[in-house]
Amino acid sequence: MTAQPFHRAQADMLGERPPPPRTVGTIGWMRANLFSNWFNTGLTLVSLYLLWLIVPGVLDWAFFTADFAGEDRFACTSSGACWAWVDQRIKLFLYGFYPIDQIWRVNLALILLAPALAPLLFDKMPGARYLRWFSLAYPIIATFLLIGGLGLEKVPTSKFGGFMLNITIGLAGIVLSLPFGIMLALGRRSKLPIMRIFSVAFIEILRGVPLITLLFVAAILLPIFLPEGFSLDLVVRVIVVVTAFSSAYMAEVIRGGLQGIPQGQYEAAQAMGLKYWQMMGLIILPQALKISIPGIVNTFIGLFKDTTLVIVIGLFDILNIGNSMVSNPKWLGLSTEAYVFISLFFFLVCFSMSRYSALLEKRLDTTNG
Amino acid sequence: MSAAETPPARGKGEPIIEITGLNKWFGSFHVLRDINLSVGRQERIVICGPSGSGKSTLIRCINRLEEHQEGTIIVDGVELTHDLKNIDAVRREVGIVFQQFNLFPHLTALENCMIGPTWVRKMPKKDAEQLAMEYLERVKIPEQAHKYPGQLSGGQQQRVAIARALCMRPNIMLFDEPTSALDPEMIKEVLDVMVDLAETGMTMLVVSHEMAFAAQVADQMIFMDAGQIIEQNTPDEFFNNPQSDRTKLFLSQILEH
Repeated sequence: MTAQPFHRAQADMLGERPPPPRTVGTIGWMRANLFSNWFNTGLTLVSLYLLWLIVPGVLDWAFFTADFAGEDRFACTSSGACWAWVDQRIKLFLYGFYPIDQIWRVNLALILLAPALAPLLFDKMPGARYLRWFSLAYPIIATFLLIGGLGLEKVPTSKFGGFMLNITIGLAGIVLSLPFGIMLALGRRSKLPIMRIFSVAFIEILRGVPLITLLFVAAILLPIFLPEGFSLDLVVRVIVVVTAFSSAYMAEVIRGGLQGIPQGQYEAAQAMGLKYWQMMGLIILPQALKISIPGIVNTFIGLFKDTTLVIVIGLFDILNIGNSMVSNPKWLGLSTEAYVFISLFFFLVCFSMSRYSALLEKRLDTTNG
Repeated sequence: MSAAETPPARGKGEPIIEITGLNKWFGSFHVLRDINLSVGRQERIVICGPSGSGKSTLIRCINRLEEHQEGTIIVDGVELTHDLKNIDAVRREVGIVFQQFNLFPHLTALENCMIGPTWVRKMPKKDAEQLAMEYLERVKIPEQAHKYPGQLSGGQQQRVAIARALCMRPNIMLFDEPTSALDPEMIKEVLDVMVDLAETGMTMLVVSHEMAFAAQVADQMIFMDAGQIIEQNTPDEFFNNPQSDRTKLFLSQILEH
């Protein structure tokens, strides 16, 4: 081993070389993530063993030894799951008691949701600027389709049920709780004492009370307090309560994001002469909301799953429909099947939200690429 | 030790900033003590002094990023009070460049420059974009217009920040230690832009320890310590014949290495 020369001067610059082949591609990924050391290798092997134990059994139960047809539970004779009820009950699970001949309206509202959401979710989409007007009008269009009037047969909200009820309450709550949450978060940091006190009181009171209590308030107490001759639909009351509840959580999530914005951003915006709302709308909130995406989506997901709590005030959401089916003698004891089926719907919606938020975070990352 | 008498403004025009009897406290800490300063139109002043001497606070009072408790600050005929109208009027005329750049990370360099003209000056988007490109060319980075601040080097970011301030077409530019957060090899590119700007006749107040730059562009040097203006003089006199012991000590410390 010769010593490093004390003087050096390199004549030529070194060229670029590709990385060693074993560190890239699938093999490289597996080496880095699954078998990087003995402990990880052990965990990987144990996990594989557990999957080998569980997955075949689940697949067997759900598909290979399951029954798919029949009039009642007695038609299910094999050892696996009994899916015979799905065919008969699917409409009830999805639409509740919505008149069968009007179900196209629910479907249409759901189909129109895609073009209404797309320009909001993917802002680089062609035509997004014009479609956004449609997004703005969508809540009115959807309400009209679901409730009726103006020539469409009227459907009272007491007929709303099943997954459609969960989506209605969840979507309305999500759409409304974000702007209210932003307002509350800004109010809590406001220099005006009245705004601050109101926001803090609202947030702390709503966050400090269980949602179920609030739902009872919506169902029983609120009508008593409302002025004579003025009645508010139960589903609307539930949406109001769910929105208020989630707004309080949302406000705290967004406040966390606001606190992550350095003071210099406010100063740069003020120094340039931007007014308060311009500064918030153009500079501060876009950054604060970006940091808050995981928390916001977390709140959305929580809100959506909490829509099943309307069961306590007697609304027939998908979970309550499932409950009533498994107590029906025809399908008695099929609770596993019913709950697995219901869980699947919630999982699909919540997982999509989660994936979208991951995509959004990647897209809004301006630090590289 | 008394604060040096304010000499008559040696600028090339009538006073554009007049500060009289300015006092400011952070809580009970007396950060600015009886500051009197008159800045002439097109005058270039470099302020130096040890950290904590109140230099940044002084220039931040001029566009009301800091509120003062006593004294008057008149900028281009408008007195800074609690009146939001006056504050807005002053901020439209005064640009500032920060030590930490404070670019908006979610907007491209071009968008950073366009936001003031579009929303404060109510300029049509096309014109604002043209103006922004013009200034990005002046700070010699038009090719970075569509990059985000996070993709630029420190020197490039600070030049975008200068362009962003200039896009508001200010009469006065404040620089709060514009090169202190930069790697050594990037300081020159920022100072070059500032020298160019000085040559256009912009009124400039620069907090900086870049003494070569100061000697090159400053009409007046100000040395601050403990919230007071200790010495104010032409660069020649200031560097070659400093009067106060504090100034001598400070200069010997920063010029030594």
